[in-house]
Amino acid sequence: MATELVGILEKALSDKKRAGQKILVPYVCGGLGDWIETIHAITEAGADAVEVGIPFSDPIMDGPTIQEASQKALEAGVTPSSILSEIRRADFSIPIAVMTYYNIIHHAGHDRFAKVLADCGVSASIIPDLQLDEATDWIRIADENRVENVLLAAPSTHPDRLRRLAESSRGFVYGVGLMGVTGERTSLAGSASEIARRLKECTEKPVLVGVGVSNAVQAAEVSQVSDGVIVGSALIRRLLRGGGPQTAFEFVRELRKGVDAGLGNSLG
Amino acid sequence: MSVMGPPSASGRFGEYGGRYVPESLIPACFELERVFTEAWVDPEFIAEYRKILTEYGGRPTPVTELHRFSERLGVRVLLKREDLAHTGSHKINNVVGQALLTRRMGKKRLIAETGAGQHGVATATAAALLGLECVVYMGETDIARQALNVFRMKLLGASVISVTSGSRTLKDAINEAMREWVASVDTTHYCIGSVMGPHPYPYMVREFQRIVGDEAYAQTKEMLGGEVPDYVVACVGGGSNAAGTFAGFADTSAKLIGVEPEGGAAINRGIPGVVHGSRSNLLQDDVGQVLEAHSISAGLDYPGVGPEHSYLASIGRASYAMANDSEVLSALQLLSRLEGIIPALEPAHAIAYVIREAGKEIPLGSTVLVTMSGRGDKDAESVAQILGDNI
Repeated sequence: MATELVGILEKALSDKKRAGQKILVPYVCGGLGDWIETIHAITEAGADAVEVGIPFSDPIMDGPTIQEASQKALEAGVTPSSILSEIRRADFSIPIAVMTYYNIIHHAGHDRFAKVLADCGVSASIIPDLQLDEATDWIRIADENRVENVLLAAPSTHPDRLRRLAESSRGFVYGVGLMGVTGERTSLAGSASEIARRLKECTEKPVLVGVGVSNAVQAAEVSQVSDGVIVGSALIRRLLRGGGPQTAFEFVRELRKGVDAGLGNSLG
Repeated sequence: MSVMGPPSASGRFGEYGGRYVPESLIPACFELERVFTEAWVDPEFIAEYRKILTEYGGRPTPVTELHRFSERLGVRVLLKREDLAHTGSHKINNVVGQALLTRRMGKKRLIAETGAGQHGVATATAAALLGLECVVYMGETDIARQALNVFRMKLLGASVISVTSGSRTLKDAINEAMREWVASVDTTHYCIGSVMGPHPYPYMVREFQRIVGDEAYAQTKEMLGGEVPDYVVACVGGGSNAAGTFAGFADTSAKLIGVEPEGGAAINRGIPGVVHGSRSNLLQDDVGQVLEAHSISAGLDYPGVGPEHSYLASIGRASYAMANDSEVLSALQLLSRLEGIIPALEPAHAIAYVIREAGKEIPLGSTVLVTMSGRGDKDAESVAQILGDNI
């Protein structure tokens, strides 16, 4: 029974982890520019999975960069179904996790949304405003459809809750690196390694840290403790400033080298 | 059991409410729930809250019988005068409560969102009174149409941050305040201005506003020889003055009517959705993107509504009507001329409803209590512009 719950994303990331390697998950805003080609490019650059944002009108967990990207994509007319059907057509070779806000799922209905995700080949969901206590029903229905719902753990989360949260999370556990919204920071917050350490103590699942991980150096630093990183705003800023798939390829390759080198350091 | 009792353990009124916020905010929500629950049965806290509202806030506010207006309409209209409370609206009731809780939690900083500026002014006032730092988030559009209140906030020592995302109104000010709260929750209390947000806010804000309804219940009972009004009417944006008013009459025979702006009528035109921390009726498009509201009144220019209102509507205990911008402008002028009371654009919605429905939905000869949630000074400039008067 327990093995049945390990989905595609968790298996891929756990395999990586067991092989002694670090995990890199970039974030791409669905519908922003040449996003399908961008995902192909970052796959080639060494991403282990991709987080695809389905833009929402009121993204309260996102800072200015991802807000701008979401706004731009919405103005270009993207919808949840246009993004999901493009994902389906693209048939990516690495696992896809969609990141969106709960009203998009609530509006579609849990059953319907989970089925559409599964049908489009999406492995997982990340919903920053659907915390543990409100997520029970969605997790159950996502499980039934083999969609892994990733829960976010914050620096402020109390220890006993952290344990329950890690237990209920599928795919991996998302450690929020700092108290704040998404966006680049000049240095890595101390809370990033701390949340990774606390999560690693209470779960065998892969632990990735995102929010405030802005470059290869920071990615390397936090990966010494975590199993890997999620990098969003730093990539999106490059894309908003006119960068395309090639820019994304180069930046993700840099991040890849960073986390791999960071691993070397920690072993050495 | 009161119809408007406490919500369930998960913060729900029926199917509405809950706690849909980022994980980072969960400990703060739990702490606030605990501290409010303790304070609200602590005689010392309640005594201080009431003392401030009495000696500083000008409570109780009177109920005024509108003789000329009543004669014109053929229904007997009583006005609960929150416009006479300190800072010019009912908002003071809530912020005094939350500022006292902020101190009780050992926090030193308040942030708030504001639409019309009334809640921002009230929060800045309470912060000045208790020596707290105050930052108010306000949409760029609202800053332009509520310049007077922006200046008042600055005089009171608050910083006003202009929000330039989305529709640049109340919805976006709330988004920005929530983002800021995620980053500063250790030291900062988010003083939400209406009966919305994650649990315990909708419940807590209604409790801090129930003083409006409790006073009005006692006052009208005396004025009406032991009877309650046939109708109790209040405007609804997020719905705090309506929730506070309804709380005093929920268990009586009075018919409760909330009046939404036609361009922001979440109960009349929305469907259940989740934004800003709770599940309630929401104006949204066919995939769940939140729509922008469009109302002449900055204070009601909001696509959602407090969850308890969705609940009261769902069980039929309250009904919700709409008023449009032009009815509101006429109502504002009529009340000013007949009674010498200039209402804010928000309660002018409730007045407009009574004018339109007197002799129709509201039978002639009925007694109607209307909550006058705030005074009209802040809107004078924008109303003058619309009416083509240069001031």
